[in-house]
Amino acid sequence: MAANHYDAIVIGAGHNGLIAGAYLARAGKKVVILERREMVGGAAVTEEIFPGYRFTEFSYVVSLLRPEIIRELELPRHGLKILPLPSTVTPMDNGDYLAAWADHDQTRREIYRHSPRDAEAYDEYNLVMARAAKAIKPVLGLVPPDPSSMSPRDLLGLLKLGQYAKSLSEKELYRIAKLVTQSSADLLNEWFEFGPLKGTKSASGIIGTFLGPHSPGTAYVLLHHYMGEIDGAFRAWGFAKDGNGGVTTAIASSARALGAEIRTGAAVSQVIVKGGRAAGVALENGDELRAKVVLSAADPKRSFLQFVESKHFPDDFVQQIRNFRVRGSSGKVNIALSELPEFTCLPGESPLHRGAISISPSIDYIERAYDEAKYGQFSKNPYIDMFIPSMIDRDMAPPGHHVMSCFVQYAPYDIEGGWDDQKRDAFGEAVISTIERYAPNIRRAIVGKQVITPKDIERIAGITGGNIFHGELLLHQLFFLRPAPQWADFRTPLPGYYFGASGAHPGGGVMGAAGKLSAQEVLADWK
Amino acid sequence: MLETLELKRTPFHERTSRLSIAQNWRRWAGHIVAGSYELEIDREYWAIRDGAALIDVSPLMKYLIEGEDAARLLHKVTTRDIFKMAIGQVYYTGWCDDDGKLLDDGTVSRLAENRFRMTSAEPSLRWLSMNAVGMDVKITEVTEQMAALSLQGPKSRTVLNRCCAEPLDTLKYFRLMETSIGNVPVSISRTGYTGDLGYEIWMEAEHALPVWDALMGAGNDYGITPCGILAMDMARVEAGLFMIDVDYTRSNHAWIAGQQSTPFELGLDWAVSLDKKGYFVGRRALEREKRDGSSWKLMGLEIDWVGLERLFADVGLPPHIPAMAVRASLPVMYEGQQVGYASTSTWSPLLKKYIALVHLQRPYYAPGTSLTMEVTVEHHRRHAPGKVVKLPFYEPSWKRK
Repeated sequence: MAANHYDAIVIGAGHNGLIAGAYLARAGKKVVILERREMVGGAAVTEEIFPGYRFTEFSYVVSLLRPEIIRELELPRHGLKILPLPSTVTPMDNGDYLAAWADHDQTRREIYRHSPRDAEAYDEYNLVMARAAKAIKPVLGLVPPDPSSMSPRDLLGLLKLGQYAKSLSEKELYRIAKLVTQSSADLLNEWFEFGPLKGTKSASGIIGTFLGPHSPGTAYVLLHHYMGEIDGAFRAWGFAKDGNGGVTTAIASSARALGAEIRTGAAVSQVIVKGGRAAGVALENGDELRAKVVLSAADPKRSFLQFVESKHFPDDFVQQIRNFRVRGSSGKVNIALSELPEFTCLPGESPLHRGAISISPSIDYIERAYDEAKYGQFSKNPYIDMFIPSMIDRDMAPPGHHVMSCFVQYAPYDIEGGWDDQKRDAFGEAVISTIERYAPNIRRAIVGKQVITPKDIERIAGITGGNIFHGELLLHQLFFLRPAPQWADFRTPLPGYYFGASGAHPGGGVMGAAGKLSAQEVLADWK
Repeated sequence: MLETLELKRTPFHERTSRLSIAQNWRRWAGHIVAGSYELEIDREYWAIRDGAALIDVSPLMKYLIEGEDAARLLHKVTTRDIFKMAIGQVYYTGWCDDDGKLLDDGTVSRLAENRFRMTSAEPSLRWLSMNAVGMDVKITEVTEQMAALSLQGPKSRTVLNRCCAEPLDTLKYFRLMETSIGNVPVSISRTGYTGDLGYEIWMEAEHALPVWDALMGAGNDYGITPCGILAMDMARVEAGLFMIDVDYTRSNHAWIAGQQSTPFELGLDWAVSLDKKGYFVGRRALEREKRDGSSWKLMGLEIDWVGLERLFADVGLPPHIPAMAVRASLPVMYEGQQVGYASTSTWSPLLKKYIALVHLQRPYYAPGTSLTMEVTVEHHRRHAPGKVVKLPFYEPSWKRK
């Protein structure tokens, strides 16, 4: 085969693109993975922004990376190490705190301190959520069947789904129906009374969405975050050594070992269409690459509205993609520190410095943060999910120094008047002063700071709208509706063109399922 | 209380007892040591594999062997060629009875031409003395007088370089040097029981606490973590290292011949120098076994996760396995017939695999053989599929570098 002729071209070397490429190469295909940037990783990258301080820039923990991918691509052999992230602490306004530990008794005793009733409810709640997640989980590993199709394949898929639903008890089905429609606030109010506990729990229901904890549908997102619990025995939850760049570096190493070629600095301008089929890609530098199959691991907007001329797609499909909601709602502040932040509620260095630190004092606090975003402002008092990677992996910062990762919500993509340097600075300042209320030494400790808005996510990682999931996890954008009705099986209306990233089923997070499933579908169609 | 009724505390107890949240004490040769410091052992495990783990190994039996015939004695007792040993070198070795059955295993360090230190898991004074009849050699037990710490993990060298009088950069794998930490004279060997980069630090018991403090201070910015023996137990299985009384029975404590093992059966071929000069205990039996082949072998078994998942899915459960090493004998089968047993099994957080040290009968020990291992699924005995692999399961490139 001549140079620049491949069996398959994968667009984008984020985790999904790398995984798709690795699986195709594993099946013996000649594969090239094209990356616009000079480094692989997409939104799962680690960069040394200040000398000696390494930031896991966008995404920041591993929670849902599929165990079968870790196994099949032999990621541990390629350097993947998932270090424990053992606790969560929520500083409170009265100088106290609420902590959750990996150990059950410690957590129960801690919640008991605040609410004996909640301490009791906590156990049952966790079991109920884990069971609901377990009930839904098999669906994540399925290629979604199209309910309107009469093809044998879809019918078989529906049959499987139906059989599966039948295996659930009536009670479980009702619970799931409720969970996918309810708001996380309603769900949590049914169980708990203690504000900081509800606030912290509700926060995982809004991550990556443009919704508040009172918005219907957020309970599902909360559930989505419980999926990791089921694979508990596999222990794939935590902080990756070297940050999330460590994850993609391991996947890239595995892909290369399997024979895939990875080209960086290779931005795609257009998918070449010949005889009604995808036949290759044209790069921005003018090079053309040919292949039997092109798989895009970019976001849905770029995959369908930018790389391919609309004339190759049915109008209603184009319309569906145009309407696909990809509004980014979160930002990230990465801070280099000369000393540990000292929280008023936790004097000195504490074991809780090794886990997540959540600024989520109540559901109302987060809902108010959302109110501002609804009307085009960033939250002045945002929800912040922080942790200190250098406490877990000492290679992230110089000895004695630290880096802190702050995921911040809300920071709307469509901010009133548009994002500029001034607004970015103001956003960063709002985050620092929020942290300062709980950790007064923070300002003094700052050596450097990187503020990332959704606009920056779009610019740097190339995700349209800057949404960390390439598209919100909303009920009408999930399963057989993701990214568009009838096209949830990783195929597209353009033959030979496939789609396998976070904007496809089953959605975002550093999970990799879309990358793997899309490669499987490519191989299933191979003639 | 009668003093002899209490289990012994190590010279580090004043520190380790304060750090122990779990209060999870384990017995080791009449002493108590921390099983784990925290309630979850993950962090201690990862300190071994990604940072620096500080482990109190003081209960190891220690002997000084001195005199004109010191080398002769050790050459006769152990399976290694002690005459080839350089000063400052450390050997790992087993020692056998006359039938070539393993009595114990440990290390021998050559401190000077006629001066050795030997460590063992079990008391060895009687055995050494019996073999030293007619030799010019003095054997002194120094177990109580000497404290020992093991500092294991990729950052162990960096931490030691920050507190030792001399840098350790040139200290090779299984070599030893004399230096000092603070003002305390210590001897440091590049040895350990984890299969990672690591060192063992030997000192007079009275100086134990200042050395502990110096190491903890120097390691603070590098994430030094006090680590109990439970995390070490997981690491040593990954490293393919067996343990006396768990993975083999010392021959002089076996009730029946079937309980005894030979160094070859345990994979110690590399540590049996059949080409060495002269007699050593067990030589003829070992030569015979070398010629005829071993009927058993210690191998690794990797459990197939998909197969394991299926067994649990059958009863509607996600897979569940213990979070630490399990020292229980589990039958290993080939097509429904038992062909061996696992003596230690563990989840490997690093490899993301469920692994076991298994003793297999010929010919089932060939790498790649498909076998099953017993697992308990919701109170029922099931058999999870797995594959025989060579040991070790894990060997990082920096172990010997």
